[in-house]
Amino acid sequence: MADPKKFSPLQRVLHWLMAICILTMFFVGVGMVSTVTPKYLRLIELHKTVGILLLILVVIRIAARWRYGAPALPANLPVPIKLAAGLSHYVLYGLMIVMPLLGWAMLSAANYPVVVFGGLRLPPIAPQGELLHTVLWDAHHYLAFVFFAVVLAHLSAALMHALIRRDGVFEAMSPLPGPSMRQPGG
Amino acid sequence: MKPPRAGVGRSALGSWAIIGIVVAIAAIAFVYTAGWLSPQRTTPAKLVSALAPPGGPALGRRRNHVKGVCFTGTFEATGAGTAISRAPMFVRGQYPVVGRFNVATADPNAPDGTVRVRGMGLQISAPGQQIWRSAMISAPFFPVATPSAFYALLLASSSKAPDAMKMFIAAHPEFANFGAWAKTAPWTRSYAEEPYNSLDSFVFTSGSGATSIVRWSLLPTAPAVSVPPEVLAKQDPYFLDQEIAQRVKAGPLRWTMVVTVAAAGDPTADPSKAWPQGRRTVDVGTLVVQDVQPDRDGPCRDINYDPTVLPAGISTSDDPFPAARSSAYRVSYDRRTAEAKYYPRTAPEAR
Ligand code: HEM
Ligand code: HEM
Repeated sequence: MADPKKFSPLQRVLHWLMAICILTMFFVGVGMVSTVTPKYLRLIELHKTVGILLLILVVIRIAARWRYGAPALPANLPVPIKLAAGLSHYVLYGLMIVMPLLGWAMLSAANYPVVVFGGLRLPPIAPQGELLHTVLWDAHHYLAFVFFAVVLAHLSAALMHALIRRDGVFEAMSPLPGPSMRQPGG
Repeated sequence: MKPPRAGVGRSALGSWAIIGIVVAIAAIAFVYTAGWLSPQRTTPAKLVSALAPPGGPALGRRRNHVKGVCFTGTFEATGAGTAISRAPMFVRGQYPVVGRFNVATADPNAPDGTVRVRGMGLQISAPGQQIWRSAMISAPFFPVATPSAFYALLLASSSKAPDAMKMFIAAHPEFANFGAWAKTAPWTRSYAEEPYNSLDSFVFTSGSGATSIVRWSLLPTAPAVSVPPEVLAKQDPYFLDQEIAQRVKAGPLRWTMVVTVAAAGDPTADPSKAWPQGRRTVDVGTLVVQDVQPDRDGPCRDINYDPTVLPAGISTSDDPFPAARSSAYRVSYDRRTAEAKYYPRTAPEAR
């Protein structure tokens, strides 16, 4: 946190914890909707629980971002890339908030009780309705694939910074507490 | 992209390759998990599509047990159920109910009197989002032992190959029991005269944490009057709906809910096998049906009678059906809600 070129430790812990959770969500999501085996019930329970956990984590994460900010990108990064980075981060934050809310609202609109963490029963956050259910279902379904694509682009960009540009951007979010990053170009 | 510093150019190609491989592995793993690379996987979508009658599914409506009527009423708990489950609706008292009587067919044009099996969807609600849903049928056991056998049955019965059913029956001997029941069991002229059985087993957990594996049945208090199937086949295509709406006007209709507790070694994972006589039973309460409403705009329309929607104190067992049913009922619900305009809440004209 003292290092202005890195995200705060809280932000880095949240980033990697949520990264694991979000990847889990994609795989559990598409796996559960394509099986009729008893795994289905365990997967959908996991999907709902981790999804609600992510909703809690993203609130903390946005608060931390607001409180601690983010290290500046390297000055020599081309402007279009900087813009793309900024925009994609807004998209990622947006999806991290919207996806769990869509999941919860979709189940509410379908009149299903939302049971998470092995027995906690959440109240509905949307009125029951066929049209509403369909709109929310479509949004949850299509945005999930958009989200996965954006995460893959984000992953490629992170690896590009780490392996090719070696400009300290990856180290700013590195999961390792480690020593201060190398100087770009040094 | 221009490398920012000299010397990395040599390895840049390799680095790009690494990035490409990482992304490709992630994408392939995702597509694999989604089942796009395994066309032979039985998915809920395939299971639901296989239920469709030859003329295609009834758009906007349930993909099975498509015909029926809604009902409302109460569940009057005796309190005896608290000995085996801490489900709040077993505590002595009254709990609101929204249910649905139905006939077990996916064909919206099948006359009521020609459908061998009848069913009931039931939702019992207790405070605190504690909801118990089940979908039960009048047959005393299920035609097949596993969800994949059910899928095979759907494929065989819609197959054009002349020996498809013969081969299915040879591979699934349990099906013969069902055939024998279907031929010999009496038919009745009312939903009110039928029992409705969970067939699937579930786990009850008591307040002290003791578990038992159970099945339950709703036994009618109305005496069953046997009617020859030829007579029923000549009735109005909707006579069961009309009959129950008429009957309930004369007074509430009642069923006793009896929970049967499995003994060690009973086939808890196989709903095609009845449990032996003499098992411990508990009379947990009475279902009282007070009112009947049309399917298209009644309160049951928006309910998916998914048998895995359970209150605290009831959970799924080693029976593989509830999971398969839950996944299929979800797809059925997703489809019918998306098609709601094909099943308007007010009938376009008298049916
Ligand atoms: C970051 C959060 C989330 C992500 C990335 C995510 C992702 C997904 C994905 C990939 C699918 C499969 C889509 C398909 O192939 O049709 C899915 C389905 C589903 N998700 Fe989520 N999800 C999230 C949060 C939630 C939450 C919080 C809930 C509920 C509390 C939820 C409930 C569901 C349900 C019920 C389905 C199945 C829908 C159906 O087909 O009927 N999701 N989700
Ligand atoms: C793998 C096997 C099964 C499949 C694929 C299957 C499929 C379906 C589907 C798609 C529906 C329509 C759900 C909706 O849109 O609300 C349905 C309804 C129903 N099923 Fe099944 N089912 C299976 C096994 C069973 C069993 C074992 C029972 C009885 C013990 C049963 C009893 C019922 C009843 C009573 C309904 C009507 C519920 C209502 O009132 O709406 N099903 N089934």
